[in-house]
Amino acid sequence: MTARDEGAGLGERPTSELYENVTCPFCGLLCDDLEISRTGSTLKVLKNGCGRAHGGFERTLHDAQPMVKGKAVELSQAIEAAAGLIKKAQLPLFGGIATDVDGVRAALSIADRSCGVIDHALSEGQFRNLKVLQSNGWIMSTLTEARNRADLFIIVGTDAHKLHGRFFERIVCTPESMFEDMSSKRTVVFIGEGLDTSAAMGPRIDEVITLPCKLDKVGEVLAALRARLRGTDLKALEPANDATGMVSGSKRTGFLSNLLPKQRTAKTPSSPRTQTIDGVSLADIDALAERCKNARYGVMVWAPPGLNFPNADLTVQIISDVVKNLNVTTRFAGLSLGGNDGVVSGAAVGGWQTGYPLRVSYATGKPEYDSYRYSIGRMLAEKEGDLLLWIATFSPDIVPPETNLPTIVLGTPGLKLKKTPDVFIPVGTPGMDHAGILVRCDNVVSLPLKNLNRAPLPRAADVLAALEAAL
Amino acid sequence: MLIKLSGGKVYDPANSVNGEVRDVYVDGGKIVSPDYGARVDKEYDLKGRVIMAGAIDPHTHIGGGKVTIARTLMPEDHQMDEVAHTELTRAGTGHALPSTMITGYRYAEMGYTAGFEPAVLPANARQAHMELGDTPMIDKGGFVMLGSDDFILRLISEKKDFELIKDYVAWTMRAAQAIAVKIVNPGGISAFKFNQRKLDLDERHPYYDLTPRDIVVTLARALIELGVTHPVHVHGCNLGIPGNVESTLATIRAADGLPLHLTHIQFHSYGTEGDRHFSSGAARIAELLNKNPNVSIDVGQVLFGQTCTASGDSMRLYAGAKHADPKRWVVMDIECDAGCGIVPFRYRDKSFVHALQWAIGLETFLLCEDPWRIFLTTDHPNGAPFFCYPHLIRLLMDRGFRQDMMQKVNPDALKYSSLPTLNREYSLYEIAILTRAGPARSLGLKDRGHLGPGASADITVYFDKADREAMFTKPELVFKNGELIVRDGKVIKVVQGATHVSRPEYDKAIEKPLKEYFDRYHTMRMENFKLSDDEIIEGGRGEIVVQPTKARTQ
Ligand code: SF4
Ligand SMILES: [Zn+2]
Repeated sequence: MTARDEGAGLGERPTSELYENVTCPFCGLLCDDLEISRTGSTLKVLKNGCGRAHGGFERTLHDAQPMVKGKAVELSQAIEAAAGLIKKAQLPLFGGIATDVDGVRAALSIADRSCGVIDHALSEGQFRNLKVLQSNGWIMSTLTEARNRADLFIIVGTDAHKLHGRFFERIVCTPESMFEDMSSKRTVVFIGEGLDTSAAMGPRIDEVITLPCKLDKVGEVLAALRARLRGTDLKALEPANDATGMVSGSKRTGFLSNLLPKQRTAKTPSSPRTQTIDGVSLADIDALAERCKNARYGVMVWAPPGLNFPNADLTVQIISDVVKNLNVTTRFAGLSLGGNDGVVSGAAVGGWQTGYPLRVSYATGKPEYDSYRYSIGRMLAEKEGDLLLWIATFSPDIVPPETNLPTIVLGTPGLKLKKTPDVFIPVGTPGMDHAGILVRCDNVVSLPLKNLNRAPLPRAADVLAALEAAL
Repeated sequence: MLIKLSGGKVYDPANSVNGEVRDVYVDGGKIVSPDYGARVDKEYDLKGRVIMAGAIDPHTHIGGGKVTIARTLMPEDHQMDEVAHTELTRAGTGHALPSTMITGYRYAEMGYTAGFEPAVLPANARQAHMELGDTPMIDKGGFVMLGSDDFILRLISEKKDFELIKDYVAWTMRAAQAIAVKIVNPGGISAFKFNQRKLDLDERHPYYDLTPRDIVVTLARALIELGVTHPVHVHGCNLGIPGNVESTLATIRAADGLPLHLTHIQFHSYGTEGDRHFSSGAARIAELLNKNPNVSIDVGQVLFGQTCTASGDSMRLYAGAKHADPKRWVVMDIECDAGCGIVPFRYRDKSFVHALQWAIGLETFLLCEDPWRIFLTTDHPNGAPFFCYPHLIRLLMDRGFRQDMMQKVNPDALKYSSLPTLNREYSLYEIAILTRAGPARSLGLKDRGHLGPGASADITVYFDKADREAMFTKPELVFKNGELIVRDGKVIKVVQGATHVSRPEYDKAIEKPLKEYFDRYHTMRMENFKLSDDEIIEGGRGEIVVQPTKARTQ
């Protein structure tokens, strides 16, 4: 291991420092305009942080030491013990992967070398998107493009404000945009009930509209929108040949019966004025269709973790369809948020190094991809694999699923482990304890994370490299 | 350690060596002169072999966001070519969109020692360099995309001081760590964001008061005055549209003597003759090109099979998305900076259109007289994956083989191309120009692409086989910086290549308006937009080589 791994140099750090243009690693937006001060090992967000950023940067630095079976040891002993476990394993599982680009690189390398499986803790959400990408593709925008260009934002089933505290401030309600003459006013439409709309305000915002439906029914409402955009007369349709078009849209026939709301099939639709789709009147859907068609540049926003219900990829699928449909005559794009805890970086680095966005097994020596089979959550539940190595460097909530397998954890101090792992190695948080890079939620921009000199904790990447060297 | 490669036939066009039997000496990673005098430590007897400098691919999409989106889009393409790790090498996947490590290994195994990513979006430059950093074996570099970014469109349309434009270009090259500048569908990517579906060379941009011609001419001039060796690298208007030969010819004329590189010109050489209103414009392009020594091209040859097209040209890729095979595609509008489109594609030899594209590419190769101004590319992966290069070389070198291949393609297509009448066969010397000396000279790689004393010892040794495809598929030896890295077409040592950049001067005062622009409109701070050298080289990811630029002029 290099000097840096041991946090060398930290001894000479000034007792206090001020950092500008700091990238916040605590959600997928990666705001990079924070101002942070450090006094000793205490960080304070001075400017531009949301609640989550304050929570992340300012959280108590717990004492943490490398541990083997709950006993404090030297780092080298912990690495030796962990390497011993990996050597013994036939099918090690490399999970969590909540780390920066270098951490993902190192995790892929050791997974490759030890013929293991690699998956990210937040893959479940991300695969709602990836399944659509890998079956239909999409038209997407990025944060700066949406910020300057959009005249219509449609927020789909996602509490964007709660998940990403500065999304509205930075992207939607901006004081200036590049094309003032074209998109000076913006309409914001929320599809789904109970979403926090409070941040959609200010001089830039024209109208705020909510189409309240249950969050797990946003797909139905969008499907009705899609049908209307395609000129389908919903009135004429039988429920079995559903207006949502989900039958034809889906290969999973069994799924329809789950999703078809019972009360709706019981209802007899009358006229478009009174007919409702999961609580949203057809008239409102028609009005939205008109707005969409008249938008110069509409953006449909969702966060994959926000769409937390079974088969949510089909909702993303409909978003993709609606956007594609609208582009025949105007410009429209999707914008996916989410991307916390390095999940986008995981898929990106996995993508360039293996061709696959993680959920890869190297068991045969070759990378083999299966988004169902190589879900580490599923594998643990079904008692596959014989060792878990878990990496969680950002949020203390990214904890391993319950398992009886021998477990190695490379974790941020204070990680809320439910059980003492066989080996615990405290590692630094990229962007606080060491520098790094993360890929933003839009999957285009990646940002440098600064070393704020908080604590002399090693990089997960270096611990993984040391582990691999010890194999 | 002094290494002697003895008795091989050397093809080194940069030094006018044409197949002479010569000994090549290597010491300290460099080629040294024969009268160097030191004791030979290791000798390779290469009688009957062909020796060339390592090959250089001047236009190959191997790193950056859109390549990785394409990789992610096409899992089934990887499944037929999954590669296991070995003691030496990492696992990965291959075929049309190889993963980064496999890209490096396979280029080296084919005798290539450098490859340049031609579409680095400034907003995505960090990722592009991370991917190139994970591409072992070969040297690399990036061309940064300008010409649809709102900053330059504002500078040009507001007729700002030309020195300011030059500062911005040079600043962007530095921020994105680029060696050259590329324009993709000048202004068109931006126009598409305003719902414009087509933008011809002299059509006004829907928002900014300028035309694609203004963008091309401005950037062509800016790069010359900045002293950057590679001229502006232009992916022109109207990609793939029948009749686009006219805008391509007009673009060549627009340069009016200014150096210009037109990339994957095959996709821009279409006429409208015949029943199907699709015909070859290659002869007209070649004729004008032969008369305009300021213009160079690469071909973007189409070869048959499954691939995936990936381009910054969101406007034209969106238009082509209806032909996606398999039926899925991605289009993106990016950061008031650029865009991208990714459309999987299968070129079929029985298809009239695809066969004609194939013929047009070959025609272009065979009709362009000056091999120093034409580079061998398939625009990987757009026309075909790079592993097809040896096949393409055989098509150029072997008329009989070419005729056999013509028998297999859609016969109607050949009626709209002059290919069947062309008898030219490329020589090994010319192939060495197309794949080494020419790209090196054009990109300004001072010490690459040749075998003269002082050059980096990037050397490829081939068996001199009559079947040129077999010959170029599997070199006997490949040296990188004097180290033997490939033997009999297999990697035997993994090395990390350099990243080539060029750094024209700029006035730091440009950061004032830029910072204001970033703060007002962007979601990224200017300070974080810039890539540091450390980000590229840390973790043992090779060195940065700053290639020389000429003095800045007005
Ligand atoms: S919105 Fe996200 S990235 Fe921005 S400050 Fe809050 S947690 Fe950090
Ligand atoms: Zn290209």
